[in-house]
Amino acid sequence: MGQEKIVGKPMLRKEGVAKVCGRARYIDDMTMPGMLHGATVRSSIARGKILGVEFGAGIPWDEFVIVTATDIPGANEIAMINHDWPCLAGEVVNHAEEAILLLAHPDRHLLPKAVAAVHVSCEEWPAVFSIEESERRDPVVWGEDNVFKSFLMEKGDVDAVWTLADRVVEGEYTTGAQEHLYIENNGAIAVYSAEDGLTVWGSLQCPFYVHKSLVKMTGLAEEKVRIVQVETGGAFGGKEDYPSMIGAHAALLAMKSGKPVKIVYDRAEDMAATTKRHPSRVRHRTAVTRDGKLLGAEIEIALDGGAYSTLSSTVLSRATIHAGGPYYWPNIRVRSKAFATNYPPYGAFRGFGAPQSLFAIERHMDHIAEELGIAPDELRRRNFLKPGLETATGQEIREEIDLDHLMGRALAEADYHHKRERFARENAGAESKKKGIGFAAFLHGSGFTGSGEKYLNSLAAMDVTSEGKARVLVSSTEFGQGTNTILCQIAAETLGIDFDAVEMGPPDTSVVPNTGPTVASRTSMVVGKLVHSAAVGLKKTLLASSLLGEGCSTEEFVMAARTYVAQHGALRSESRYEAPPGVHWDDQLYRGEAYAAYAWAVYVAEVTVDQTTWGVTVDDFVAVQEVGRVLNPMLATGQIEGGVAQGIGWALYEKVMWNRGRMGNNQMTNYIIPTSQDIPPIRVFFEERPFGHGAYGAKGIGELPMDGPAPAILNAIAHATGRQFDSVPLLPEDIFRQMAVREPEREVVTL
Amino acid sequence: MSLQSYSLRVNGNIYKVATHPMMRLLDVLRFDLELTGTKEGCGEGECGACSVLMNGELVNSCLVPVAQADGAEIETVEGLGQDEKLHVVQRAFLECGGAQCGMCTPGMLVAAAHLLKKNACPDLAAIREGLNGNLCRCTGYMRIFEAVERAMSSTAEGRG
Repeated sequence: MGQEKIVGKPMLRKEGVAKVCGRARYIDDMTMPGMLHGATVRSSIARGKILGVEFGAGIPWDEFVIVTATDIPGANEIAMINHDWPCLAGEVVNHAEEAILLLAHPDRHLLPKAVAAVHVSCEEWPAVFSIEESERRDPVVWGEDNVFKSFLMEKGDVDAVWTLADRVVEGEYTTGAQEHLYIENNGAIAVYSAEDGLTVWGSLQCPFYVHKSLVKMTGLAEEKVRIVQVETGGAFGGKEDYPSMIGAHAALLAMKSGKPVKIVYDRAEDMAATTKRHPSRVRHRTAVTRDGKLLGAEIEIALDGGAYSTLSSTVLSRATIHAGGPYYWPNIRVRSKAFATNYPPYGAFRGFGAPQSLFAIERHMDHIAEELGIAPDELRRRNFLKPGLETATGQEIREEIDLDHLMGRALAEADYHHKRERFARENAGAESKKKGIGFAAFLHGSGFTGSGEKYLNSLAAMDVTSEGKARVLVSSTEFGQGTNTILCQIAAETLGIDFDAVEMGPPDTSVVPNTGPTVASRTSMVVGKLVHSAAVGLKKTLLASSLLGEGCSTEEFVMAARTYVAQHGALRSESRYEAPPGVHWDDQLYRGEAYAAYAWAVYVAEVTVDQTTWGVTVDDFVAVQEVGRVLNPMLATGQIEGGVAQGIGWALYEKVMWNRGRMGNNQMTNYIIPTSQDIPPIRVFFEERPFGHGAYGAKGIGELPMDGPAPAILNAIAHATGRQFDSVPLLPEDIFRQMAVREPEREVVTL
Repeated sequence: MSLQSYSLRVNGNIYKVATHPMMRLLDVLRFDLELTGTKEGCGEGECGACSVLMNGELVNSCLVPVAQADGAEIETVEGLGQDEKLHVVQRAFLECGGAQCGMCTPGMLVAAAHLLKKNACPDLAAIREGLNGNLCRCTGYMRIFEAVERAMSSTAEGRG
């Protein structure tokens, strides 16, 4: 570490100049000759049978292209893990905003009127609007029991610990839905001809996910379907699953009309109809000794998956594995279930189940500390995972982690101990404002869970252009996180050439190999390593051709590459994923190496609770993490800060208001995300311990910062108020309900 | 309603458009003038992705009917600077990591340039206030504040 010239440096964002000049082309910036605009007619009820569709008066219907489920040439399915998510509702609807019918017309201003003029009559059926109703099968709305997926993860003998415990501490923790609120809404453009097949351009994370889904839906041959990612204005998981839907809709209209069709949602439609973070309920029962040693845990996780299974099973898997937090549990049992309800399907969102689980364990740890009269940091110190110990899945910690040190650094940076004592003292006399400080310790697994990376079998490539520039060929996409920049840094460093002499190939399924999806904090660690190997291969070929010598300059590389291409037609090197040694996973028993590596962190939040408005402000935020080698400190810091801001939103502002299965506040006016005046100083610190099997030692970063803010903030609020809040989002009215409304027996005393 | 003719001066160039009086300035810029740098985020004046300057004032172009902008002087992100001649705030956003996905960036840059024009040396509270009409979902705003501070100090150095 430290020898590199490009890796580890704050190289400027590859597509940065285009972005600051307003030149970057997003999907709604594109147009095509003869292009039609598409729109979607959606269900207004949560569950029922479609009886008929009427086209109202006053609309020139003969000018419209109209698509229903009967127009689907292949399978009426958005291909995910299961086969239950229809592209268009046929006979029944299972959630409000489910797509029923598609319209296209050259005049985009006519479309809202046309959508409003389509009347879908339905027989309404009873629907399920909570995890509890789904559990009670009241009624059954999916499969035989409303359960998308369940897991049992077990270590040791939990049943034996309860009699050994000095204390048994119980708690229940809930979290709400969260909207991604990427600033760019979902959108796609499709073009079809029998000769050239189907091409879809879109705002998306995973070109090959969309490809797989559209091949199945259209029945076209794989090579007749081409997916191209265009500049994507934020995603956060929200463009992992849904682009297969909007892409399919644009494709159906294009296939029927023979013309290019663009569908771009407005904000209201995007918020109401697309996926969100899974709401959760997590129950903890913990056996602990008097001096704070964790003996065993029984944890029950329930996720609301919405109406179709989408990615719920994998979100649940990550939630299950992260349920015990960064602690050593000699005995633990986690039972988890993802339930069907009649909300629009929940999907991928940064953190992917881990934030829900980690919120619960980190609030619960503070409860245990309080019950035992032990300081929150001391309780954690006595139970942290250490090298040589095994996680809940039986994975031995082989990385040289030191969570005690990480926590110590975070608490010192935040001046935690001093403030903890001072706030407690000053709050006693404070009438209007009370202050608190709290923290959370957590981990986040990098890459796909278990055997996931093995099944993905990712392939990356590098080639050189006719101008002699090196080119990275991957399906990993840029949507703000910095993919373009860090992969070019890795390639340039490995080839020993300037950063400017490396460029990204187009994220186009007809050009790049399948490097897997851009999700799961896998790009730096997994794809970065593949790019590294492909670059090594490229250089080897050039060295072997004797066009290039060791220690070449960029100019020599470019000359040699050009000559090679002129002589041989092309220069290309590929690299396929190989699991790091010792990585074994049992899908049935949920035992083994759940992740090749984990990122570790301790976050500290300082808050003020206003006793008049019950508003909470976060005054200071310290984020200390160990993410392996930091490839680009500027981009990595930006990832952490952005994730912390989203976590603050999830904790304190962002509440999805449901009205019989429909989102009632699907506007930026009433679904509130943090503004420039709501965010505290976010102070980011990295501990760098290079990971042996990541590119230049990198592990995952992107999702980690979503995990810590909510529990840290609620722990701080408990410190400030002396009251326990175990649910997010926690809005002023939620605090008010618990703090300011007098309890009935008290009123009796007063009378 | 029939089409009307409007004249706008955008980034120093005069454009004439025939459109409906209630057409949003945002749509005229993006679709009639093909200046797609200005973005739509919410369509209701909350997010600021469509921020432009109209006669020197910062406005949400999704809330301005073109009839109201007739004869006005409009400045968009494209007018701030391009490539070799970046505006000082564009360069600072690039160097500080103020742009991630880039979708709020055009509006944020226009708002930041406007802020610095009104107040050459804003403190952090003034920067936070000056940008509170522009929502960013990627950065957590820290790199954006840093970029405005860097733009401020490089402008000051330039003057000095």
